[in-house]
Amino acid sequence: METSVLVGLLWQGLLETLYMTIVSTLVAYIIGLPIGVSLIVTSPNGIKPVSWYNKSMGFVVNVIRSVPFLILMIALMPYVRKIIGTGIGTQATVAVLIVAAAPFVARLVEQSLMEVDPGVIEAAQSMGASNMTIIRKVMLLEARPSLLNGAAVATITILGYSAMAGVVGGGGLGDLAIKYGMYRYETTIMWITVIVLVVLVQILQEIGVKAAQKLDNRL
Amino acid sequence: MSEYIISLQGVTKDFETKNGLVQALKGINLDIEPGDAYGIIGLSGAGKSTLVRCINLLETPTEGKVIFDGKTLTGLKHKDLNLERRKIAMIFQQFNLLMQRDALGNVCFPLEIAGVPKDEAKKRAMELLKIVDLEDRAHSYPSQLSGGQKQRVGIARALATDPKVLLCDEATSALDPKTTRSILALLKKINRELGITLVVITHEMDVIKQVCNKVAIIESGSIVERGEVQEIFTKPKTAAARKLFFPDGEGKETALKISHTHRIRIAFKDEHTYDPVVSNMILELKAPVNILYADMDVVDGHQRGQMVICLSDDEAVAEKQKAYLRAHDVDFAEVDVEEEEEA
Ligand SMILES: Nc1ncnc2c1ncn2[C@@H]1O[C@H](COP(=O)(O)OP(=O)(O)OP(=O)(O)O)[C@@H](O)[C@H]1O
Ligand SMILES: [Mg+2]
Repeated sequence: METSVLVGLLWQGLLETLYMTIVSTLVAYIIGLPIGVSLIVTSPNGIKPVSWYNKSMGFVVNVIRSVPFLILMIALMPYVRKIIGTGIGTQATVAVLIVAAAPFVARLVEQSLMEVDPGVIEAAQSMGASNMTIIRKVMLLEARPSLLNGAAVATITILGYSAMAGVVGGGGLGDLAIKYGMYRYETTIMWITVIVLVVLVQILQEIGVKAAQKLDNRL
Repeated sequence: MSEYIISLQGVTKDFETKNGLVQALKGINLDIEPGDAYGIIGLSGAGKSTLVRCINLLETPTEGKVIFDGKTLTGLKHKDLNLERRKIAMIFQQFNLLMQRDALGNVCFPLEIAGVPKDEAKKRAMELLKIVDLEDRAHSYPSQLSGGQKQRVGIARALATDPKVLLCDEATSALDPKTTRSILALLKKINRELGITLVVITHEMDVIKQVCNKVAIIESGSIVERGEVQEIFTKPKTAAARKLFFPDGEGKETALKISHTHRIRIAFKDEHTYDPVVSNMILELKAPVNILYADMDVVDGHQRGQMVICLSDDEAVAEKQKAYLRAHDVDFAEVDVEEEEEA
């Protein structure tokens, strides 16, 4: 294959992968962050325990999380096709990624918030802080370094999922690797995509760790 | 308006645990007057923290009423309770500062909650840091401060909203003796100069002696003795009080199992602390006494001495000795050996 064509394919694959990863991560956070917060807030030791909500939301999150991504994707395809008109390509993949990633993000957020010192929350309560203030100014801020580390983990996981979507023609680097590497024995393309994915993961990890450190005033 | 700033009426608190019901508080009645430095002392697990957390309703009492400054807090709506809480500040054993905010940011926090504009809050926070001697550390984060400095930030933060009451739950228990003294001195100053009522939770009698004018002794969820610190120090009525006030004396007494009769505890007030009353009595009555224990202390700013002595075995002489002490206006109480040993 001509180098210019190869570079063109790789470039497009990279852009698609970045697009899918960034958009799904953002939307997964828009949905998952409030869910994670609500799970902590309504837990038995939370600032506003609501048993029924906590249990049912926890159950939903667990159910979605326990389905392997590939199976979830195949299971959701018919519905995605109905709603957005297509079962393949980046749009369809983004839709599935969001469904898969939002509960994952919720648990990551929940875990980060669990690390916040209950004594500090109690101090805020003793000052007469409303629950909203405690969530915004105590929980989310005190957990900021941990939340950023979690965000790096989430982005990397979603990147991996997006590559898996290549199996069903989901676009991006994964799609490229499967189409050319598996079906046409173009191993060069496959290895290049692998290297690009590894580099992407490294960069994301590094950004996450650096941002968490920079914004952690305990250090 | 009531004459009390804090009034607990029949407050009980039960905790459901896996091992059954724990009655942490069993019908507490407690009245605290404005300007008091009220100590609450007891052994671990007695219910001190639960009691103080019931005052600002961090813990909801199972039964009973909490009245603050004439308002009944129990049963108040969350929003109204939060408004009242701004007038009841609290400091903690573990300081509980926001780790991601610097000292200034921590002191600003309660002001933000109260809706004070940023610039104004900063100005006020700086003043408060000056009061606690930390203006040069305004931009240090808690992780960069020592325990004593963290507690000073905690105190500045507590004072930010001009509270009427400051609740201190074991505020010095994580600090070394020297730092403890400086923090206690600061609390005393806040009580005296700003007129803020203190509620001081502790398991250390020294803290009570240094800061408090009144004290309640709590034992497994009930207040067993209460009153002026001076008074209880002079004439402790219960075994619990004696144990807390004279831990050394009790030990030595029970160790020395001599003469079971006519053992008395003398507590000297300021004027007597310097008079050789006991020596004079020995000289005058020409009968010796056996000194089992003697100690001198400063309680709530007053010199206090105490002594445990055995009077003469001779009944008549012992009576004379007692009469002598009474005549010289010395407070004493017979030590009930049986009860002491039980306790
Ligand atoms: N949230 C809770 N759940 C169950 N039991 C509790 C809870 N909080 C306190 N207790 C129990 O209530 C009793 C009183 O506890 P509290 O913390 O008030 O004691 P304390 O006097 O402050 O002790 P310490 O000096 O060790 O701090 C203890 O038996 C404790 O186990
Ligand atoms: Mg306690």
